[in-house]
Amino acid sequence: MDIKKIFQINNDRSSYPEIGEDGKPIIDLSSHKYVKIWQGPQHPGVTGNMALELTLSGDEIVESKTHVGYLHRGFEKLMERRKFIQCFPTCVRLCVAEPDPNEYLLATCVEELSGIEVPETAQWLRMLVLEMSRLQVLLRGVPGQAGTFALGLGYQWGSYIRDLILDRFEELTGGRVYHMYILPGGVRGLLPDGFKKRLEENLKLADEFVKNINDLMFNNIVFKKRAKGLGYIPKDYIDRYGVYGPAARAAGVMRDIRKTHPYLKYAELDFEPYTTTESDVYARSVVRWHDLKMTIDLIRQIMAKMPEKGEIKAPTPNVMHWRIPKGETYVKCESSRGEYGMYMVTDGSDTPRRVNLKGPSYTHANALLEKLLINANIADTAGIMVSLATCPPEIER
Amino acid sequence: MSIKDILTPFTAWKRVAKEPVTVRDPFNDRPGADRYRGFHKNDVDKCIGCGTCEAICENEAIDLVPFKDPVSGDSGLRPRVDYGRCCWCALCVDVCTTNSLSLSNEYKWIATDPEEFRFTPGIEEKAWDKNEKGWKKPEGNYEFYNLERVSMEHLHPEERNDSFIEMVKGFSKEQAILEADRCVECGICTATCPAHMGIPEYIKAIRNDDMEEGMRILYETNPLPEICGRICTHKCETVCSIGHKGDPLSIRWLKRYIADQIPEDKYKEILNTNNLEVNDKKVAIIGAGPSGLSAAHYLRLMGYQVTIFEQYEKAGGMMRYGIPEYRLPYDQIDKDINYILSLGVEIKYNTRIGKDITLDQLGKDFDAVFAGTGLHLGRGTGIEGSDNQHVYYSTDMLRKITSGEEIEVADSIVVIGGGNVAMDITRSLARLQMQKFDKVNIITTSLETEENMPADREEVVESREEGATVYPGWAPQSIEIKDGIPQGLHVVKCNSLFDETGRFNPQCEMDVKNYYPGHMIVQSIGQGIDISYISEEFKENIKFGPRGRVETDEYFQTGVKWFFMGGDIIQGPDVIHGIANGHKAAVGIDRYLRESDFPNN
Repeated sequence: MDIKKIFQINNDRSSYPEIGEDGKPIIDLSSHKYVKIWQGPQHPGVTGNMALELTLSGDEIVESKTHVGYLHRGFEKLMERRKFIQCFPTCVRLCVAEPDPNEYLLATCVEELSGIEVPETAQWLRMLVLEMSRLQVLLRGVPGQAGTFALGLGYQWGSYIRDLILDRFEELTGGRVYHMYILPGGVRGLLPDGFKKRLEENLKLADEFVKNINDLMFNNIVFKKRAKGLGYIPKDYIDRYGVYGPAARAAGVMRDIRKTHPYLKYAELDFEPYTTTESDVYARSVVRWHDLKMTIDLIRQIMAKMPEKGEIKAPTPNVMHWRIPKGETYVKCESSRGEYGMYMVTDGSDTPRRVNLKGPSYTHANALLEKLLINANIADTAGIMVSLATCPPEIER
Repeated sequence: MSIKDILTPFTAWKRVAKEPVTVRDPFNDRPGADRYRGFHKNDVDKCIGCGTCEAICENEAIDLVPFKDPVSGDSGLRPRVDYGRCCWCALCVDVCTTNSLSLSNEYKWIATDPEEFRFTPGIEEKAWDKNEKGWKKPEGNYEFYNLERVSMEHLHPEERNDSFIEMVKGFSKEQAILEADRCVECGICTATCPAHMGIPEYIKAIRNDDMEEGMRILYETNPLPEICGRICTHKCETVCSIGHKGDPLSIRWLKRYIADQIPEDKYKEILNTNNLEVNDKKVAIIGAGPSGLSAAHYLRLMGYQVTIFEQYEKAGGMMRYGIPEYRLPYDQIDKDINYILSLGVEIKYNTRIGKDITLDQLGKDFDAVFAGTGLHLGRGTGIEGSDNQHVYYSTDMLRKITSGEEIEVADSIVVIGGGNVAMDITRSLARLQMQKFDKVNIITTSLETEENMPADREEVVESREEGATVYPGWAPQSIEIKDGIPQGLHVVKCNSLFDETGRFNPQCEMDVKNYYPGHMIVQSIGQGIDISYISEEFKENIKFGPRGRVETDEYFQTGVKWFFMGGDIIQGPDVIHGIANGHKAAVGIDRYLRESDFPNN
């Protein structure tokens, strides 16, 4: 091997990698022009446990491959051996950061298949919990984007308010992280006394946070330099790769289940999801920042409109041997990441025949991320990944 | 890009002057919220060890461990929680049938030994046992199972007060499945039932709409389901775990539902008894009552040649001759009995032991004898005037009504007694009065006060609906007689029946008097044992316990090896004890006859 050739530095890398006749890049690791590294499965820049197999030319990614399977707990399979009521403490664990949509989807599947009408008060309470859940995710998710570019301050501010929201969850549901509040048939309790007042105090802090984070992130030259133009998702990718939620709305495609297919009482609320067309990391950040503002507003609307008292649970068959007739259903809701759906098949027994969860992370982190990383800088991988709001636990159900 | 973008982020510095928001733990003790799902608490006195918490726990974190000796309605077990498995979902709390289980709002527990985290709440004392806060079952209409019974349809009082048509209509399929759905399969009922019937299993068969399976489960322990499904004293319902918060399951009506669905000609096929083996051993049964029929059924299944000796012209004993038709129609008695007889059980009617054939002779002719002769002797009050010819015993009257014999029905009647038999004769006579005079004038008086009356509550209520007047808490003193015809009953106020030691010792206020007019008096204050068929020499060989009852071992074997006794004369009195005794005695007879085959073993 020619020693000289190894130490010869050629700053112009535009010709790497060469494209072969079949249109694929020719990457010969033994040429020493490329480095293969693994980001993950344990890495602070990866949101959870998954691995990115990256081939670098210098600090530029020329080839990427995503690997999942480090977190598989088989919850979908576990549910096939559990009674319907027993599924609900299991399914919350499908996504740690945002467990409530899981509870809601399971409950709705079971209710739809067995023809149960949920009382109105319970519907409002469900909506309140879902929005509070979105709020606590976004309080860390929005500043978390800056965190990937080494600006961790906003994340700490957000964590404080998130903790206060978790206090409210604790009051309402009895749990801080796994709330286990929405169960088939209804919910597990009315609002405690003085709850609205305390939540409103927290929302005021959140209002202030929204303003501060605007100053810290979106009027910040460093953040702008790093985020603008990064991780661009062309509009034709939206359908091809199954892009949902804020990522789709940042590309100018209106995808919000709350608006397009209103469930619970969303039709009675006044809101307009924000859309933009830049479709880069910055744009996605801005969309989620607007989501955060909208969520705070929605919580206020819900608290003003919801009934104080009422039935919280519809009568169900005896949960010890609740059987659901043969059938199948797909229900969906809007999580903070986008469309979140559950497909359930029942066969007349007291356990589900099959439960399948479809979350946006599956497409975002598996297929789309591989594409977006090409030609990106190694230092920006975490930024791109966080901007897609991927959640590996949700990929490996 | 502007100068603003460079300067604005520095506004973050303004927070430097603010107080930090973080709290220092463990120096700050932060109690959990009022609804926090922390460590378990259990009120062990309220808990009945039904195990529903164990059944619903998706992590199998709960095991039931022995706590005390089981008693009726309490398994004696208590839940033990394994915190290596628990996920604090609190489903165990929400499903608890007695509301004894709850979670405290305590969440800190430090120990070095992992075994400590497997503990039995309420028994092992913990710091949070006195914690009032924490997760409890949500208030309001929040239940995991229906607490209200599916109501059983009855004939309206106006429809039934002059006829002996069965008044309970029975469940429809929808009603039965709905009622069966309320069961949590705890099995407390099975433990309490004298016959230990597989109640959760046959209720499950109803949910599955599998009547044949239900029938097979019924016949494992009870060969008289049609009868028991109507008139059983349902001790299972008294202890039903659902009854702690709501109405207990209608277990009796569910049993009746199964039996009602199967036509008589399908029994043998379903129960697979078309070709029963026959061995060379012969067993005699005295009395075709519940215990005798039960013993005959199970002995026949084991292959023995069984002969029943019955003193009356029809089988059924007290079930036929003691219980009025509106509660237990004769065709339903026949359905159960015909099946048992169809298995090859021989029956000799109108044969009284001691008169037509002696017991000693039976002992010689048969390898073993079972006697379930019941309580057929009426007990009298012994008060002044009770020897009048218009003063009757309820047992005699009920038998005569069943046999179709003519009985006296006066225009005004007084019944003395507060048990189910007193209600039976009251309601039977009320019907006959309605047929004869088109009005009811009957007074029933009992020593016991209203709340202590031994009769089932619904019996008292329904008696009143049918026009009878029930006056509880009065002790009969004398019967006024004029020209040989009773005129009425003098009574005094009775306050209590038993003294502190539990002995029968009525306390009456002699100056608080009352008088019930009536031209006919019926005494229904209990029944006596008639074992006159046992000769004096024979009696010397069998042991007698207190109150003149025969002592038997657990298999109802008396001091004479080949002689077994059971039913009302040993336990009860009720049908289900008789059935249980008969079954157990059948097992005992089988053991005895096998042992006599191998005397050296």
